[in-house]
Amino acid sequence: METSFSLSTKTPEETTALGRLVGECCEGGEVFLLRGTLGAGKTCFCQGLARGLGIPENEPVTSPTFTLHCQYFGRLEFNHLDAYRLEGTAGVEGLEELLGAVGAVAAVEWPDFISPQLPSSALSVDIEIANSESRMLVFSASDARAGKTLERIVRTCSQSPRFP
Amino acid sequence: MAEKDDIILGLESSCDETAGALLRSGREVLAQFVASQIDLHRQYGGVVPEVACRAHMECLLPGVKRILDEAKITPADISAIAVTNRPGLIGALLIGVTAAKALALAWEVPLIGVNHVEAHIAAARFAEPELRPPYVALVVSGGHTNVYYIPDDATYECRCQTRDDAAGEAFDKVAKILGLGFPGGPRIEKAAKTGNPKAFHWKNSCLPKTGDDFSFSGIKTGVLYAARGQENQMRGPVLLDEKGVADAAASFQRAVVHALVTRTLAVAQETGAKWIALGGGVAANGYLREEMARAAKKIGARVAIPPMNLCTDNAVMIAARGQELLAAGKIDHLGIEALARGK
Repeated sequence: METSFSLSTKTPEETTALGRLVGECCEGGEVFLLRGTLGAGKTCFCQGLARGLGIPENEPVTSPTFTLHCQYFGRLEFNHLDAYRLEGTAGVEGLEELLGAVGAVAAVEWPDFISPQLPSSALSVDIEIANSESRMLVFSASDARAGKTLERIVRTCSQSPRFP
Repeated sequence: MAEKDDIILGLESSCDETAGALLRSGREVLAQFVASQIDLHRQYGGVVPEVACRAHMECLLPGVKRILDEAKITPADISAIAVTNRPGLIGALLIGVTAAKALALAWEVPLIGVNHVEAHIAAARFAEPELRPPYVALVVSGGHTNVYYIPDDATYECRCQTRDDAAGEAFDKVAKILGLGFPGGPRIEKAAKTGNPKAFHWKNSCLPKTGDDFSFSGIKTGVLYAARGQENQMRGPVLLDEKGVADAAASFQRAVVHALVTRTLAVAQETGAKWIALGGGVAANGYLREEMARAAKKIGARVAIPPMNLCTDNAVMIAARGQELLAAGKIDHLGIEALARGK
């Protein structure tokens, strides 16, 4: 079973394209935890993820920082969460039901601010700034179930001309 | 037009403020209250949604009772209840929507669901009696960045929106990157006063090369690199000296305002509108006000900006939008839902 996988992207557009590919690998129930500093590209990745889940191209996928949660409906439901404003708090009531729901995919930005509420099965995506535009994305699975998702992602990436 | 003695009760609970207002004939505020949770959030070090929901619940009905008493109004005098039902924090919206439904049922009055962003535009209309359709409106706050064209009172066409972050959110996050603290808007504006707005070449970075949208995410990365280098990121200290921070703040503010003014003006020119309305918390930014006024003057348009207490979240604007919708016959049923996203 794969537990970790890393890949580099050269531009924000490539980070978005990788997100789309990851979205296309989802079957429902996946939870992604996105880590990376302000400006690392978490939103770029999530915008691609949404397209990969079948959210129409013309529907803007915007930052959930202010509202904490944005919900979209495509091939699968997409719950985009952002805990940026929750630093040092007790977290969000009702959050658990959005994470890991059948037929839905969740992406959480700034997950460490709500760590007690996170599910045990999740796929972490750590985005490191390599240099001005390029990024290193490190995927790691917390358990066997997340590992299966990761396997699908690795297989799909290896078949993609863009991310061999 | 408004019936002479229509009285609308407006209710707002979409985010950090709980608010209620009684508005007569779409023009006269009989009474209002705004309970902000900002101090409460500061106590906890941030927004705690469960605390926020409980605070909305505790403030809402006592607030309504208080303004009814203050205005010497009974439920029988009320023509309709207008409530924010989208967009916002779902748990918070539900408090207002549920209360509004219960009151509408008990008092046997119509219920009107109001889009919070559209209500920010109605605030300008309320504040500037000469403002009449057709006009263009820019709503810019921590959660929203939208340009609307308003051909008539019932129709609000969204022409531009952000692809990623809201402008107010960018102010907050860039202030954090520059080590200026919270709230970001006023801190950046103050620092920018002594800075050189041309020091960094960011002017066009909030205007994507294709489409009519805004993008405020990329400039964040630009400021991050300038302020903290590519290696250390937020873990390291701010590398700029005081002058450098002022220059970065000024250059960032110039880029955001340039984008806001450019898109708004383009819609005004395209539609031939002679009025531009501003709304939302970022409308407090003095540089945005000056630049918008300067640009509007060039095309012979006037600018309407509500007073600050009507730019930030309030319920007068909800009642004002409710009055417009009531006049247009756009009444909802008791089954209306609270929606996290607008549409």
